[in-house]
Amino acid sequence: MELEAVKLLAGAIALIPLLGVGIGLGLIFSSYNEAVGRNPGAAELLDKKFFLTFALTEALAIFALLVSFYLVFA
Amino acid sequence: MADALHQFVIQPIGPDLQVAGMNLAFTNSALWMVIATMLSVGILMAGIRKKSLVPGRMQSVSEMSYEFIANMIRENIGTGGMQYFPLLFTVFFMVFMGNSLGLVPYSFTYTSHLIVTAALALLIFICVCVLGIARHGAHFFSLFVPPGVPALMLPLIVPIEVLSFLIRPVTLSVRLFANMMAGHILLKVIAGFAVAFLSMGVMGATLGILPTLFNTVLIGFELLIAFLQAYVFTILSCIYLKDTVELEH
Repeated sequence: MELEAVKLLAGAIALIPLLGVGIGLGLIFSSYNEAVGRNPGAAELLDKKFFLTFALTEALAIFALLVSFYLVFA
Repeated sequence: MADALHQFVIQPIGPDLQVAGMNLAFTNSALWMVIATMLSVGILMAGIRKKSLVPGRMQSVSEMSYEFIANMIRENIGTGGMQYFPLLFTVFFMVFMGNSLGLVPYSFTYTSHLIVTAALALLIFICVCVLGIARHGAHFFSLFVPPGVPALMLPLIVPIEVLSFLIRPVTLSVRLFANMMAGHILLKVIAGFAVAFLSMGVMGATLGILPTLFNTVLIGFELLIAFLQAYVFTILSCIYLKDTVELEH
């Protein structure tokens, strides 16, 4: 295969982790909304934990994106 | 048109100072660090200049930022962690100012460079190692032996714990750097769409409003990320520094 084609393909494969991150973020959002729906009084307590887990999960997607950028452009 | 990565180029401002083979020029990165420091110090100084029982606007900002970090430390480390308040407060404002000033057009985001975030993360990491060993001595290494693990499993668990301890500064720095870099590349790529549309005549110029509107939304999202990443960086530093105050067992 051409080197350029392999680079693009590798960049695409490096983005497969986004699948897991998508599922993970969906779980976080759904359980957060469910918890707040059941107990609105706990929303303030849950907000902090929600944002922390959201940022930690989202960081994984950014890692994958970084690897993909590196494969395609470097 | 400059490409999307042009924004990360470090350029010297003023004379190109060469000392013993090292380039010590004052760069745009250094300039924005100075601006960030001046701005955060300025806001806090303005807040405490006129001390009143009922805080005004500026004083409220100072008090809220103090309470924000102080509560974070109390919740995550306990009152024994207040000795780290100056360090964590400074780290938070360094990162937060860097992230949010980077959203100003034509500015420079110094937190989008791995060397800056790695220096901050290594500062925390070295603090944890040195203070932990100084306070607890050899007992500090019990960090690598989680309580309640059967002795048979220890040869497997201990290397994993050591590895996860050593990887902390890497993930801490790469998380911040990658978030900032990816966000800014995204903003510039979408802005590039608008410029590309503009070269396609009247029809293109009308369609070009769409990426511009999307970019406006993205700027708001980036502002959230800017705060969130500074928050995450500080809270993880809190969690790491907790080991120097009290070990779990």
